[in-house]
Amino acid sequence: MQTPAPVDYARATSVADAIDLLEKHGDEARLLAGGHSLLPMMKLRLARPEILIDLNDLDELRGIRIEGEEIVIGAMVTHAEILDSPVLAEHYAIFREAEKVIADPIVRNKGTIGGSMCQADPSEDLSAVGSALKGSVVIQGSGGKRTLALREFHEGPYETKVGDAEILIEVRFPIRPGAGSAYEKVERRVGDWPVASAGVFVVVSGGVVTDCGIGLTAIGAEHFCAPDAEAYLIGKAPTEENLAAAAQLAADACTPYADQRGPVDYKLHLARELTLRTLRKAAASSQGA
Amino acid sequence: MTAVEEVPLSAAGNPIGFGSMRRVEDARFVRGQGNYVDDVNLPGMLHSAILRSPHAHARIVSIDAAAAEALPGVVAVITGKILEGIPRPSLLGDNFAWMPTLSYDTQAVLATDKVRFQGQEVAYVIAESRYIAKDALELIDVEYEILEPVMDAKRALDAGAPIIRDDKGQTDNSITDVHGNKTWESGNAESTAAAIAAAKADPNCVVVTQEIMYPRVHPAPMETCGSVSYLDKVTGQLTMYTTTQAPHAHRTVYAMVAGLPEQKIRIISPDIGGGFGNKVPVYPGYVLSVIGTIVTGKPVKWIEDRGENLVSTGFARDYHMTASIAATKEGKILAVDVDVLADHGAFNGVAQPTNYPAGFFNIFSGSYDYADAHCKVTPVYTNKAPGGVAYACSFRITEAAYVIERVVDCLAQELQMDPAELRLKNLLRPEQFPYLSPTGWEYDSGEYEKTMRVAMEMAGYDELRREQAEKRAKGEYMGIGISFFTEGVGAGPRRDMDILGLGMADGIELRVHPTGKAQLRLSVQSQGQGHETTFAQIVAHELGIPPEDIEVLHGDTDNTPFGLGTYGSRSTPVSGAAASVVARKVRDRARIVAAAALECAPDDLDWELGRWYVKGDRERGKTIAEIALLSHSSLELPEGVEGHLDATAVYNPPSLTYPYGCYICVVDVDPGTGQVKVRRFIAVDDCGTRINPMIVEGQVHGGLADGVGMALMELIAFDSDGNNLGGSFMDYLLPTAVECPDWELGETVTPSPHHPIGAKGVGESATVGSPAAVVNAVIDALSPFGVRHADMPLTPANVWRAIQGNAMRVDMAIE
Amino acid sequence: MEVTITVNGTPVTSEIEPRKLLVHFVREDAGLRGTHWGCDTSNCGTCVLWVDGSPVKSCTMLAAQADGHEVTTVEGLEQGGVLDPIQQGFIECHGLQCGFCTPGMMMTGRWLLDNNPNPSEAEIRDCISGQICRCTGYKNIVASIQWAAEHPATSEVTA
Repeated sequence: MQTPAPVDYARATSVADAIDLLEKHGDEARLLAGGHSLLPMMKLRLARPEILIDLNDLDELRGIRIEGEEIVIGAMVTHAEILDSPVLAEHYAIFREAEKVIADPIVRNKGTIGGSMCQADPSEDLSAVGSALKGSVVIQGSGGKRTLALREFHEGPYETKVGDAEILIEVRFPIRPGAGSAYEKVERRVGDWPVASAGVFVVVSGGVVTDCGIGLTAIGAEHFCAPDAEAYLIGKAPTEENLAAAAQLAADACTPYADQRGPVDYKLHLARELTLRTLRKAAASSQGA
Repeated sequence: MTAVEEVPLSAAGNPIGFGSMRRVEDARFVRGQGNYVDDVNLPGMLHSAILRSPHAHARIVSIDAAAAEALPGVVAVITGKILEGIPRPSLLGDNFAWMPTLSYDTQAVLATDKVRFQGQEVAYVIAESRYIAKDALELIDVEYEILEPVMDAKRALDAGAPIIRDDKGQTDNSITDVHGNKTWESGNAESTAAAIAAAKADPNCVVVTQEIMYPRVHPAPMETCGSVSYLDKVTGQLTMYTTTQAPHAHRTVYAMVAGLPEQKIRIISPDIGGGFGNKVPVYPGYVLSVIGTIVTGKPVKWIEDRGENLVSTGFARDYHMTASIAATKEGKILAVDVDVLADHGAFNGVAQPTNYPAGFFNIFSGSYDYADAHCKVTPVYTNKAPGGVAYACSFRITEAAYVIERVVDCLAQELQMDPAELRLKNLLRPEQFPYLSPTGWEYDSGEYEKTMRVAMEMAGYDELRREQAEKRAKGEYMGIGISFFTEGVGAGPRRDMDILGLGMADGIELRVHPTGKAQLRLSVQSQGQGHETTFAQIVAHELGIPPEDIEVLHGDTDNTPFGLGTYGSRSTPVSGAAASVVARKVRDRARIVAAAALECAPDDLDWELGRWYVKGDRERGKTIAEIALLSHSSLELPEGVEGHLDATAVYNPPSLTYPYGCYICVVDVDPGTGQVKVRRFIAVDDCGTRINPMIVEGQVHGGLADGVGMALMELIAFDSDGNNLGGSFMDYLLPTAVECPDWELGETVTPSPHHPIGAKGVGESATVGSPAAVVNAVIDALSPFGVRHADMPLTPANVWRAIQGNAMRVDMAIE
Repeated sequence: MEVTITVNGTPVTSEIEPRKLLVHFVREDAGLRGTHWGCDTSNCGTCVLWVDGSPVKSCTMLAAQADGHEVTTVEGLEQGGVLDPIQQGFIECHGLQCGFCTPGMMMTGRWLLDNNPNPSEAEIRDCISGQICRCTGYKNIVASIQWAAEHPATSEVTA
C-alpha cells in the first residue's frame, strides 16, 4: 500500500510549543490535526513535510462553547463533535445538516474543523458553512492572536492566510436569534465530495429578510459566498419569486469547472437549485414553520 | 436458519445434505484469523514495488536507476532491458520482458520500447521493506517521449490513428484472434438483416435502434492483487502464495512463462479477499515477484496499492453496442441485431475460452422466443489497461443481458406497451426446453413466466404502476424497471472450451478415512463463496456423512487435483458436479464392501442416506462409517476391488447450465438534482437446486449491489491525454450500505436436467441481471421527459442532462 | 522513535520510523493480521480499529500518534474464549463472504451498539457507510449487527 516519505514527528505540548516548533522548522513543518487530508497527500507523496507537529494533545484547542454573542469552536473539535453538539444544534441547523453529509462516521471521528478550514479544499463543506454564517477564525502566532473573517480567510484553493508559524486556534460564529439555517449537498454517493453544496441562514423579521448569508462550495464561488444574492434579499419578503431571484444571483457568483462530478451547466443549475432549496427551508424555519 | 425439512440434521445441527447452515469458514474470519496473501511472511522475505508509467502512450528514451540502486535497503532494480537479456526456454516469447496473455496475445512484463497505458509496469524495485521500495521508485529517472494516445475507441480504427502495437508490426489498431479473425460474429447475419428490413417495410411492425454503452468498470475486490514467491535454489522448488482464482491454471502459465518445470511449482492461494474475475489473469506483478526471487534467492512479496489495482489490472466491459430490435406492433419480437465495438486496451488480455473471444456475449438473444439474431463484435486496441473479462460477468453475459434488456425496454416505450407485458408476450415457454437459441446455445431448463409472475407478485407490480401514475400527476418521478436474464454458466465442455489450450474440466478427490470422516480436495478456489461449506454439503447429500465431518481442501496445487478455477459461475456447475460424481463413486464402492460384509450381492442392497441395507430387511445394513473401516480391514473383497473408499473424478460438463431470473427495481428520481434513490429491489432467481440457500442468497445480495454500483456510480473514464479518471476509491465509487436497499429475494427452482444434483450456479446472476433493472427503472422514471436511454453510470449529472435531452458520453472525461 | 501502544490490553513497544502507519504497526509490530487495508485513501474502512475506544481508519493515522494510547483490534473482541455478540451475529446472519472487510465492519458495529444499543436499520446503514463490502450487498451485515443488538449477552451463544 501507499506509504508516506520519511518524516519527523513531534507532539506539541501547548499552542505556544507548537508555534515554537513551527518557527524552528519553517515551512518544512506541517501541523497534524485529524490527518485525514494531510496523510493521504503524504501517502501519494504530493505532500512531503520534513516534520509533523501533532496537535492532538492540545486540550486547549478542544471544546465548543458560547462566549458572549458568539459560538466558539476549538480548532481540534472533530466533525463528529460538531454533528453531535446540542449547542450548535440549538442555534444553527446548518451544522448538523452539513456534518451528516461530510465524509463518513469514522472519518468524522478524526477530521477536525481547524484541519478542514486550513486544508482549504475548494470543495470543503465546512468552508461553505463558515462563509454562510459569516464566521471568523482566530489565528495565533508568536506575536499573539489575530481574528480574521472567514470571507477573507482564503487566498485561493488550498491556500489560506495562516502564516508558516501560525496556528488557527478557533472558529467563531455570531449567534443570531431567530435565524433559520439549512444545508444541502448533491453528491454522487454518500461520503463523496460535493458536486455542489449550498448552505444559508436567513433571519426573517416583520415579514422581510433582515439578515442572511449564503455559502456555496465546489462550484467556484469566491470565498465560498454569494454577497450579491444576500444583498438582494435584504429587506425583501421571502417569497418564492424573491428567493428564486436570489438563487439565480448566487449561481451567477459561481464559476465551476467540469470534472467527473459533472459538467458546468449542471453545476450552475445546482448552485441555483440548492440555494433556492436551502433559502426556502431556512426562511420557513426563521418564521417558525 | 433452518434446514430444508426433509433433510436430516447432524449431531451438530447441520443439514446432512442441502439446506442453510452456518459457514465453516466464518470461525477464522470473525476472529481476524484469515490468512490472506499479505499476511504471509517468510523468513528473510524482501518487499517490492513497481514503477508505473504516468503516460498512456510514450516511447521510453532512457531509464536511470542508479540513485534508486544506491538507496540503502534497496536490493535490486529491474527494468525491461534487464528482462530482455534473460533468455526464456519456452514456446511463448523468447525473453522475460514479454509474457503471453490468456488470449494468445503478448503483454509487456516491464515496458522496453514504449508504454501503452497509464499505469503500465516500467521498473521493479526489490528492497528490505515496503517503505524503502516505495522510496526507491521516486529515485528512478525515466525519460519519455510522449506519443499521441488512442483514448477514444470509436477512433481507434481511423486512418492515421497512432499505432499502439507496433511491437507486433501492426499497421492499425485492430485485434486478430488466434483463429485469424478480426471480427467475431454469430447468429445468422442474412436472415436477421432480412427480418429487420422486412419489419421496417411493414406498417404493422417497428424497428428500434439504440446505441448502448456498457462502460469500463472494475471488479475492485477489497483485497488487491499480490504474491509472495520463493524459489529454493537447492531444490528448484518455486512456492508462490498468490491471489488467484485459478491456482492450477496459473501454475501451468508460470511453467510456460518462467520456463520452470511444472512439477517444481507450487501455487498456494490462501484466503482470497474477493475476486470477481479480477484475480483470473496473470499480471506482470506476479511474474515480477517470481523474477524477484530468482534474482535475489530470497522470498519476495509484492502487494498492489489500490490505485495500481484500479489502473492496471483486469477491467470489465467497455463495449460500445448498437442494438436494433424488430417487432410487430402487437409486441412480438422478430429479430435482434447487435453491433459491438469492443475496447480491449493495449494488450488483448481477456480471459475467455479460446473459441469464444467475445466470451458468451452472443447469448444476447436473451430469454425470448424469436428466430433471427445476429451480432458482430469488432475488438480494438486502445491506450488503456488490458483485461476485459472480469467483474462477475459470466464471460460477457453481463453485457449481453444488459443490451437485450435495455433495448426491449426501448421497444416497449416505442410501442407504448408495459415492459412487463411485452416480456410476458415473448418469454420462452417451458415446453420449448431444451431450447436452441438463434445464436446456438442450448438452454437446459426454465419456467420463465412462472418466475416473472413471482417477481411481479412480490413487487406488487400493478400497485406500483398505480402509485407511479399518481405521483406523476403530482410532479414526482418514480420508476419501475424490469430485467429478465438468462445466463449460460459452468464452462465448460472440453470439446470446445479451453483457455490457452487447457480444457475446462475439473478434477476432484475424495478421501474417506477409516473412521468415516472425509476430506474433499477441490481444484476450484473460493474467494468468499463458501466452498468449504457447500462442497461438504454436496458430499453429505450423496454419502450421508455429516458436513462437519468433511474437510474441504483447496487453494494449494500440491494438494489438490487440476482444474481451471473459480470464475464464470463455474464452481457449482463443474466442480460441484465433480463432487457429486466422486461421492457417487465412493458410494458404489461402499456398496461392494457392504455386500461383502453382509454376505450378499451388491445388487441386493438398497441405499438410504448414509447407509446400504439389504433389500427388504432394513435392519441389516452398514453405515458409511462402518463401511469405511471395513474397507481398510481384512474383509475379503471381490476380485478387482482393492479396498479403501478413496476416489477421484474429472468432470467434463456435457453442456452449460442456464440460470435465469427476473428482477424488478423501483427508484425515485429528484428531477431538480438528478439524484436517484433505489427504493426497492426484488430479485427472483432460478439457479436450479440450492445447496445452501443462505449462501445463494448472500451471493445474490452481493451481485445486486454490483448492479446498483454500475448503474449509478462505477466508472473508469479517461481524458483525451490518457489519464485514468478512476484510479482511487475517491474517484472509482463503490456503493455503500446507504445506496443499497433492503433486497427482497424470491426463488423458483427448475433443476438443470444434466447436472448431477440439478444445480446451475448463481455467483454472477445478480451482477448480470441487475444493472438493466436499475437503468430501466431510472429511464422509466424519466420517460415523461421523453428520455429513452442514457448510459451508465446514471450519476446525478447524467440524469439531469438526460432530462435536458443531452445525456452524456460516459467513457471520456466530462467536458 | 520508540513508541508504546497498548494493543488489546498488552503494551507493545517498538522502535519505528515516525512515518509508519498505524495499520502497519498493528500488523507487523504487534503481529496481529486481522486488521486489513484496502484503499490507501480512507474510503473503504477495511482498516478500521479503535483508538481509545473510537473507531478510526488506521491507514490514515501514524503509529506515532497512537503512542501512549489504547488500540483495540478484531483480535480483541473475543473474551475468554467467548465470541463477542457482534462476531456471533456475523456468523449467524451470514454477514461475511470473503472476510476481508469483516474485521472493520465488526469494529464499527460493536462501537455503534456500545453507543446506541438499539439502532434502527437506517442508523446502522449510516454508521457503516464509510466502509465498503464487495460481497454481501450489506443486507446481511445490517442483519448481523441487528442480531448482536438483540443478543447483547455473550453467554447466550458460543462459537
